[in-house]
Amino acid sequence: MAVRVQEADFDVGAELAALRQGDPRIGALASFVGLVRDVSDGAGVSEMTLEHYPGMTEKALAEIVDEASRRWMLIDVLVIHRVGRLLPTDQIVLVAVAGAHRGDVFAACEFIMDYLKTRAPFWKREVTAAGARWVDARESDEVARERWQI
Amino acid sequence: MNEVTMLKVLYFASLRERLGRSSEELALPAEVADIAGLRDFLVARGGPWENLATLRNLRFAVNQEMARLDSPLRAGDEVAFFPPVTGG
Repeated sequence: MAVRVQEADFDVGAELAALRQGDPRIGALASFVGLVRDVSDGAGVSEMTLEHYPGMTEKALAEIVDEASRRWMLIDVLVIHRVGRLLPTDQIVLVAVAGAHRGDVFAACEFIMDYLKTRAPFWKREVTAAGARWVDARESDEVARERWQI
Repeated sequence: MNEVTMLKVLYFASLRERLGRSSEELALPAEVADIAGLRDFLVARGGPWENLATLRNLRFAVNQEMARLDSPLRAGDEVAFFPPVTGG
């Protein structure tokens, strides 16, 4: 289980290969990659900056991964989240979950993303033609997280 | 005895910009016992600090764990105020 918060880009293929390397118990590997889009709430986005809370962010991500590990049968998890200045098409986040079977890894991957969106202290500031603005939290993200409470 | 409670207070994102400050060390009166008390103490500075009372959905953390208005504060704690998170 590992979480990394970094400015540098990541190589999805290399990260997935390293995650499953040499472990014959792994029969399923699910991954999600979040990307910077060039539009947000109807406005064109030319760049964005991601701020975080050093220390708490890593701790929050580790707690989300631990919770996923309690809920599902997982063998390994990797979360990478970038911070700093990003441009449209850049990768923002990678969540990769390895386990024996697809049911557990699909569910855990989505769970981790839904919790990350509402619990991990990151903030997006985007630049549009009208100037820079802080991105508002979305109600739909909170709804997505709440369905896991059951 | 005149015991002083030192706190480290952090501000993030849009709140940091509104306050023009990202962190400070505070010596607090003994009557500030929780986040709500600290918030009231800071709001009393006036001007941009009134954002701490008026911003919707402001979030709090104590020692890097999510906290609530009634979460207690102790000497040496690290407290953070920030808007709802928008990562991922």
